[in-house]
Amino acid sequence: MDMSPSTIRPKLTARGVNVFYDDAHALKQVDLDIRAHEVTALIGPSGCGKSTFLRCLNRMNDLIDICRVDGDIRLDGEDIYDPAVDLVYLRARIGMVFQKPNPFPKSIHDNVAYGPKIHGLARSRAEMDEIVASSLERAGLWEEVKDRLDAPATGLSGGQQQRLCIARAIAVRPEVILMDEPCSSLDPIATARIEALMDELKQNFTIVIVTHSMQQAARVSQRTAFFHLGDLVEVGDTDTVFTQPVDPRTESYISGRIG
Amino acid sequence: MAQTVAAVRGGTRPSLMAAPEGRRARQVLGERVLLGLLAASSLVAILTTVGIALSLLFETLRFLDAVPLFDFLFGLNWSPQIAIREDQVGSSGAFGVIPLLVGTGLIAAVAMTVAGPLGLLSAIYLAEYASPRARSFAKPILEILAGIPTVVYGFFAVLVVAPFVRDSSEAVGFEVSSESALAAGVVMGVMIVPIVSSIADDVISAVPQSLREGAYGLGATKSETVRDIVLPAALPGIGGALLLGVSRAIGETMIVVMAAGLSAHLTVNPLQAVTTVTVQMVALLTGDQEFDSPKTLAAFALGLLLFIATLILNLIALMLVRRYRERYD
Repeated sequence: MDMSPSTIRPKLTARGVNVFYDDAHALKQVDLDIRAHEVTALIGPSGCGKSTFLRCLNRMNDLIDICRVDGDIRLDGEDIYDPAVDLVYLRARIGMVFQKPNPFPKSIHDNVAYGPKIHGLARSRAEMDEIVASSLERAGLWEEVKDRLDAPATGLSGGQQQRLCIARAIAVRPEVILMDEPCSSLDPIATARIEALMDELKQNFTIVIVTHSMQQAARVSQRTAFFHLGDLVEVGDTDTVFTQPVDPRTESYISGRIG
Repeated sequence: MAQTVAAVRGGTRPSLMAAPEGRRARQVLGERVLLGLLAASSLVAILTTVGIALSLLFETLRFLDAVPLFDFLFGLNWSPQIAIREDQVGSSGAFGVIPLLVGTGLIAAVAMTVAGPLGLLSAIYLAEYASPRARSFAKPILEILAGIPTVVYGFFAVLVVAPFVRDSSEAVGFEVSSESALAAGVVMGVMIVPIVSSIADDVISAVPQSLREGAYGLGATKSETVRDIVLPAALPGIGGALLLGVSRAIGETMIVVMAAGLSAHLTVNPLQAVTTVTVQMVALLTGDQEFDSPKTLAAFALGLLLFIATLILNLIALMLVRRYRERYD
């Protein structure tokens, strides 16, 4: 067990989390800590509940009428399911990047500026331009788009669009970034860029990524949580989970026998 | 079935060519008759449309023999009645179409002032805010509105709205004709609401959920998401929905025949009586007419004009809606 400062107090804690879609029990009694300034990978076969768990963390599941979430999830010790919680503020602190790049049908600049605008983060045009530029730079997109910030974002390639979506999330200055299979629609080169980016971003953000690719989990994450049929089977340091899994189900999955 | 299986098992599988002769002939004949029937039906529809368009065109050309094209398209005076007198040539009647176009435009503008906001707002409500229960209740009602015969709207306009407009405007000191463009336009607007709302509802619903999630994920509220992301994304399609509404408005006949005036005033005051292209076509062709007088032929020219205008509007509208759909499919 490493004793780096980040382990002292987890950024996010989940205790006894259950999720139901109508009667279907999608997530069962999940206890999981997410450490600050690390990449935590959620892996497991399709339908195992990993995306469902991710979407509990910024309450995106609230958008689904039939979805019911039980249990206790805390961000820095604050219950995010407290009725007094302001979803706008919660999602400003916990950003999200989706499976398919979903740039808004606006210009590149306006895509990045949208979050800061609704949260009132910039007081002047110049300040906004500064936020847009620095966010694009941190997402590794600045050099490619600096001359065409007013061009429509939908004209970018898939990999560029996904980095734009990351820039868009960063621009709100969240503490946590949730990524739901961010590379599943990208080619290997674009994927490599995003993975390199995650490595840099974890210095400033806490990252939780859902991925189908075990290689990706092994490459980018420090901690790995393995889900199977709604159970959190095993969680630990990525190296340990991949080399000495405790649970036989984990071993079967990472060696390719299930899923 | 059991026999076939037995035959296969027994190795006496029938040859592919060995279908009984009569059955095969019957099949071939049946297919041909069906194909012929289907093709003939669509041919009738297509030929009729082409025929109508051609007859409009030829009669219009005959009309233009009597009245110069320039006088027709740019004339400011419309009084076709003069031309039917025996001792006058057709060209001495006034066939300037501008007052009709202005009247049509005025009524359509009033109609869209009603139908645009009402249709869009109800589409936004249905697509984004309504619970499934409210939606299953409200949508059929809007569709019923679309099914009311326009003649019903017409007498509603004449008997209820026009007197109301007249009385209430006179109460505040305006002078109002009893066949005001306002009354006809407002009722026509109500008729067009379901057209605009149903197409706009489809278009808004087709905006991918991933865009909404992207906005929510950034912390946008529901109304911010609808206003900043969903509506701009749906804008081209919404434009198409509005254009289809306009096209319906300028082609609408029954309401204006009943509620708009007959005499052509060149005005943009909605409290005045104006007349429209469709009203004049009805007026030109009702009663006993000589079939080759410019007065009768003028109806064909108006018809062609209307046909071209709605065709162009519909094409643009459909192109907008289709291109928008392709973008997100």
